[in-house]
Amino acid sequence: MSAPAEILVPGKAGEGEALVLTAPISFWGGVDPRTGRIADVRHPQHGEIIAGKVLFLPGTIGSSSASAVLMELVHNGRAPAALVMHEPDAILLLGLIVAREMGWETPMAVRLERGAFETYRGSAVRVAMDGAVTTGI
Amino acid sequence: MSLALSPQEQAIAAGQDGAGMAMRIVAESARLLGAPRLIPIASTHIDGALYHGDSGTLFAERLVEGGAKVVVRSTLNVGALDLMGCSRIRLEEPQRGMARRMMEAYRKLGCEQSWTCAPYQAGHRPAQGSDVAWGESNAVVFCNSVLGARTNRYGDFLDIACAITGRAPDYGLHRPDNRRARLVFDVSNLSPSFLASEIAWPVLGSLYGREVGYAIGVVTGVAGHPGEDALKAFGAAAASSGAVGLFHIAGVTPEAPDVETILAEPEPEAVIRVTPQMAAKARAGLSTAASAKTIDAVAIGSPHLSSVEFDSLERLIAGRRLAVPIYACTGRHALALLERDGGRKRLEARGVVIVTDTCVVVTPIMPDLGNGVLMTNSGKFAHYAPGNTGYSVLYASLADCVESAVLGRPVFTEIPA
Repeated sequence: MSAPAEILVPGKAGEGEALVLTAPISFWGGVDPRTGRIADVRHPQHGEIIAGKVLFLPGTIGSSSASAVLMELVHNGRAPAALVMHEPDAILLLGLIVAREMGWETPMAVRLERGAFETYRGSAVRVAMDGAVTTGI
Repeated sequence: MSLALSPQEQAIAAGQDGAGMAMRIVAESARLLGAPRLIPIASTHIDGALYHGDSGTLFAERLVEGGAKVVVRSTLNVGALDLMGCSRIRLEEPQRGMARRMMEAYRKLGCEQSWTCAPYQAGHRPAQGSDVAWGESNAVVFCNSVLGARTNRYGDFLDIACAITGRAPDYGLHRPDNRRARLVFDVSNLSPSFLASEIAWPVLGSLYGREVGYAIGVVTGVAGHPGEDALKAFGAAAASSGAVGLFHIAGVTPEAPDVETILAEPEPEAVIRVTPQMAAKARAGLSTAASAKTIDAVAIGSPHLSSVEFDSLERLIAGRRLAVPIYACTGRHALALLERDGGRKRLEARGVVIVTDTCVVVTPIMPDLGNGVLMTNSGKFAHYAPGNTGYSVLYASLADCVESAVLGRPVFTEIPA
């Protein structure tokens, strides 16, 4: 299946295994910027690696350093292949905006209703340049 | 509504220099936030100079190479190093060198070397009603609530970009209508002796943050102005346990001469009536090591200690020798006064470790014990120390912290809520 999604921050089209988070996450303190591992022991997906995945985010918890962690993931080559968000988080996405300004290759961030997330679970997913989120590739 | 930039803003954004980069970052953030325009700002407080990894250092150095300079007064929040050399930081190379380069880059951009999370006690106090762009959650909440200046919570990178452009997205708490209270947090059922105690403010702040989350509330039932350090402790605790950016206290804070003036509607959406049981539970919730027989250290100064708080510390120690260290975190503004009157030497001789420019939860300072116990009078340290330092925490008043540091074991004075 394929669903059109609004592009929040443009970037490189990406594909990878879907990682659908079932709870909001704080990137600062919640994701290891060196490895991309979910480090928050209270998070249901604790221990999963977000690097190279198409990351579906139902929500984010706003530490003001979330942007620094996402940019550090990009710089370390451990960013997700794409971010699919229920709603834009200006602090988190600032990490991508600034990384683009630095001339680093960044994943795309698109907006999709969280109700649609489950249909992607366990699949390989592609986020195309036009924002389309496609499975069965 | 889409973002409209002025011709001048567009011209700056088209530039290949540091100012162009900063303007594009501010404009992109404004677009994501749905702001219709940018507004001029009077000052910034920058939290982005704390080292989280090399990319942040490279970003700041790119701005320096691009000739960028801040165009409004800009103070710096804590860094990862104690540049005054008061305490030993256990950060190793190469991170240490990158953290130092980052602090140096922000200096070159024209920021003031304040290195404090309490800039409002270091002479940076924007006027009531002015628009500013501040980072660091406790500074944001103090600036909005106690000073009545207007800021949102500005995250890393956007803070310095606002400082270089002198602009911020027009949304959120910059708009007067969004600053009015929708909830009432009534503390009139608590005993006057509890409300007059030092622990009331961090404990109630922690409870307030959990109860209201993102919403804006007004506290009622407070008899008189509790003092600036009490409001500092309340805001810091509220911004740690919730996403509080602005609170009001009826009859105390500048936008709330009384409850009616500050409420958005004639009736609040909810009234939270704080009971003694709720306050007792919030107090207990600040500790994670309730059954500890001994303590390994005391940490105070989150937010950074004021000169008045240093006076209290010295009076409570009363010339005694500490069995375990008290880490006292502060900024250069308070250190200068402390050195002038000999207080630094006297406190250090008793076993106090003064930490300047940084603090014990953002960079490794305290020994790595694995299962250490830390006592603190700060709601913010109580919140962050377990995750960031590995120490479990005991929350107590400053007086109890000092007695415990003298004895090396926890001492609590009962103050019924």
